[in-house]
Amino acid sequence: MNFDKELDARGLNCPLPILRAKKTLAELQPGQVLRIIATDPGSVKDFAAFAKQTGNELLGSGEKDKEFEFFLKRK
Amino acid sequence: MGATPEIANIDDLVNRRIEELLPQKIEEALRQREESRTPSMAIIATKGTLDWAYPPFILGSTAAALGWDVSIFFTFYGLNLLKKDVSDLKVSPLGNPGMPMKMPFGPEWFKGINWNIPNLVQAGVPGFENLATVLMQQTIKNNGVATIEELRGLSQEADVKFIACQMTVELFGFSHDDFISGVDYAGAATFLPVAQQADVSLFM
Repeated sequence: MNFDKELDARGLNCPLPILRAKKTLAELQPGQVLRIIATDPGSVKDFAAFAKQTGNELLGSGEKDKEFEFFLKRK
Repeated sequence: MGATPEIANIDDLVNRRIEELLPQKIEEALRQREESRTPSMAIIATKGTLDWAYPPFILGSTAAALGWDVSIFFTFYGLNLLKKDVSDLKVSPLGNPGMPMKMPFGPEWFKGINWNIPNLVQAGVPGFENLATVLMQQTIKNNGVATIEELRGLSQEADVKFIACQMTVELFGFSHDDFISGVDYAGAATFLPVAQQADVSLFM
């Protein structure tokens, strides 16, 4: 999936991945896509909830080798 | 003098149409209002230990990231969380059977041991609380959990409002200089209307 910016949230724990993502999203233009890589297993549900609540669409997510990736489109 | 049959018929039709449309209109208006309003949260933070410093700042900063309005009212020992230097916040395992006592270093089998130290020993050994605090700080670091200072800074950056209870500031002999900037000083009468309007109100 194409993205405009990447956030490495590996090794960070709740709520830091969400807080960093929120900050990084603010640097993007509406419609641009942020890729986030995280290792916190709680981030799977958290990013889904974050997307639903803030209206920044979660375009996709996945898991590979205990790492989670998320694609958020800025509202 | 009654209405003519035609007029009665029109009234009837209008009434029926209104009854059909009204629930839809009300639902739409409510949905629009729900979408346009900002959720809010009011927290009272009353504890001044390292472990209890986390919940208000984690929930406060996260709610702000979700776009909520957040106010945290710091009272009694919670005032310690607003001090310029929060590196001296301590955690006590004494009388806290829920707290795992595990070592944050060494081989895995060693880290897995839960040290069951009797309260009597914890209370009697000088510096036990300091030791427990150092171990907790290391565990926090090992797990990629933010420091209190970091979470507090992120909360302030995200416009979380900090209100300190002026009564307890005086009661405990603090001065405003002891605390970080950007704190409002007020009392219960300031907090309650904020809490009344809040969707989520928590006492910690």
